Amino acid sequence: MRVLGFILQKEFRQIFRDKSILAMMFVMPTVQLIIVPLAMDFDVKNINLSIVDHDHSSYSQKLISKIGSSGYFRIISADGSYSEALKKIENGTSDVVMEIPSSFEENLVREGIQKIGISVDAINGTKAMIGGSYLNTVIADFNSNLEINIKNNPTGSSTNQSAIDITYSNWFNPHGEYKYNIVPAVLVLLLTMIGGFLAALNIVREKEVGTIEQINVTPIKKWQFILGKLIPFWLIGIIVFSLGLLVCRLVYGIIPVGNISLLYLFAAVYLVALLGFGLLISTFSNSQVQSMFVAFFFMMIFMLMSGLFTTVDSMPAWARAISDLTPVTHFIRVMRMIVLKGSGFADVKMEFAYLVCFALILNSWAIWNYRKTS
Amino acid sequence: MKQLFVFIRKEFYHVFRDKRTLLIMFGLPVVQIVLFGFALTSEVKNAQILISDNAKDINSEQLIAKMKASTYFTVDETPISNNDIEKEFRKGNIKCVVVFPANFGNDLQHNGKAQLQIVADGSDPNTAKTMINYLTAIISDYQQQISPAATLPYLIIPETRMLYNEEGNGSLNFIPGVMALILMIVCTALTSVSIVKEKELGTMEILLVSPFKPVLVLISKAVPYLVLSLANFTLILILAVFALHVEIKGNIFLLFAESTLFIITCLSFGLLISNTTSSQQTALLLSMMGMMLPTMIFTGFMFPLENMPLIFRIISHVVPARWYYIIIKSVMLKGLGFGYVWKETLILIGITIILLGIALKNFKIRLS
Repeated sequence: MRVLGFILQKEFRQIFRDKSILAMMFVMPTVQLIIVPLAMDFDVKNINLSIVDHDHSSYSQKLISKIGSSGYFRIISADGSYSEALKKIENGTSDVVMEIPSSFEENLVREGIQKIGISVDAINGTKAMIGGSYLNTVIADFNSNLEINIKNNPTGSSTNQSAIDITYSNWFNPHGEYKYNIVPAVLVLLLTMIGGFLAALNIVREKEVGTIEQINVTPIKKWQFILGKLIPFWLIGIIVFSLGLLVCRLVYGIIPVGNISLLYLFAAVYLVALLGFGLLISTFSNSQVQSMFVAFFFMMIFMLMSGLFTTVDSMPAWARAISDLTPVTHFIRVMRMIVLKGSGFADVKMEFAYLVCFALILNSWAIWNYRKTS
Repeated sequence: MKQLFVFIRKEFYHVFRDKRTLLIMFGLPVVQIVLFGFALTSEVKNAQILISDNAKDINSEQLIAKMKASTYFTVDETPISNNDIEKEFRKGNIKCVVVFPANFGNDLQHNGKAQLQIVADGSDPNTAKTMINYLTAIISDYQQQISPAATLPYLIIPETRMLYNEEGNGSLNFIPGVMALILMIVCTALTSVSIVKEKELGTMEILLVSPFKPVLVLISKAVPYLVLSLANFTLILILAVFALHVEIKGNIFLLFAESTLFIITCLSFGLLISNTTSSQQTALLLSMMGMMLPTMIFTGFMFPLENMPLIFRIISHVVPARWYYIIIKSVMLKGLGFGYVWKETLILIGITIILLGIALKNFKIRLS
């Protein structure tokens, strides 16, 4: 125990001496947590629309003004020809082109059916899909409100209202705001980056500078050494986590619905697992660059597979299996459940088991892999 | 000139000896392309919904069969009381609950109007919104089916054409984004440690007392990474074409020229970090942890830039990856020529010159 005390003393001294890293550890995640979620908004709004109206009839005017007032679209130009409008898509100022053919009104009244052309910039798949379907909805609505339709259908009632009345409700987040979903996950991500990168750099630094030899010749046990490296970062991680929760509360007004101590319990186990992972990388690497790149490689996978940006459910089975094998997935899931829905321990006990396993395996591997002989 | 080559060779040795870093440098794009191409999708699939059918009549059963047939969700059918919904959501598996009231079919057939309740777990707004949209579409489809009289005599039919991406390839948008992200992080991080490492290990002194011009030290540091990054870029392109079947529509030389320019921008930024920091650790933390999220966000390939607050849109103008992303998207996916991207190219050149200028100014040829 006394030996461990000495190692801790040394580690803390080292950490507190490097003021720039110390500042980075606390300031960077706090600042990023304040900034990043503001930028993460998947909502598709303000779709830029270019209109080519060859008809200039009262119907086409009505359709255009209906689209303009729907709130989804910003009509940015009325072009004379399709190729002119296409240029707008090419240089990125417009997302959708709607082309109304000549004699649009005439055909509609005479034939009862009239097509209009919509061209969507489909490189951004989500935006294209949503933009296209908004436009379809507006046009369908326009159809059912067409004067001739109402005139020709005196009973009128069945067309204008749907027979099945659907009531929706979004629980836990009535307005469907993204911040509730994103902020807790970003906090986990930042914690992961801080803990993972710092731990990954730590032992390898001693190797590179050569000071590890001095430790290797002492009677310090392997587990004492790893534990000595782990505890200071664990404390830093807990402080960063608390700062993050504070930011959630003060900046975003997100107050955890669930039990705070349960949240901390998970954070504590998660940090042990994560730091074990970082130290493991560190014991494998020979230089800081190497270590950082390996850590970055895994961090990238963690970030993309964890369900932070896209839901895990939509992934194919093999990807879901990988996702289950990354600790970040479980902690993000738990964070969202506890913070937003107030889940209790019984709801998340499986996740807890996962995290405990990760913590045990990764740390014992790191201890086992640390060699006192070079 | 000969001296420069010697030094460039030295730097190449440094790079090639570190096999693991090299492996990661080339492994990273492979993994990312595979993930983005095959695993990540912004669509919602296989979401679990729970249907609570309190009616159990023909109409509700028909509608449920329709929902079950959809590939978007996996349906679980257990009657649930309204109070238990929250409990289910807390467990986290069920994303959405559909509740049929007790006399659903009866109401529908006799009153011509029935109620249906959809409760979604809003803690994931994206899934919630998409599920509600899917369900609504299925329900209105069913309505059309049971009362065909509701079709309108006069119809405007929109014909939608997907430009540049007829098959609706969801990963198309990500490819230029991944390119920008990987080049940015890899180039910046590798260059940022190169000088600081010599400082930390003390070998910088040897370089500085040699008759070799200090500026050439910078150049010889940058050249190997330029070459490696170009190789990396080629690898990503090959993967995109052969693994993801993305067609390169524009001029490939233009693509390479623009990428070289972007790589030089990143290298300058790396040199700047290298010249202003004093330890590898700080340099690495800055260039990786500091840059990863901002690059990802301000490039605009994941989150639409126009949704961001004004100040962020202003900030995004100084992020080089953003301009590179626009260029690559135009040239590679839309097949446009230089005439369309000269503005972005000029901006990139401008950023590069400024970064290089600051980097050179901060390059100290005397040790403190």
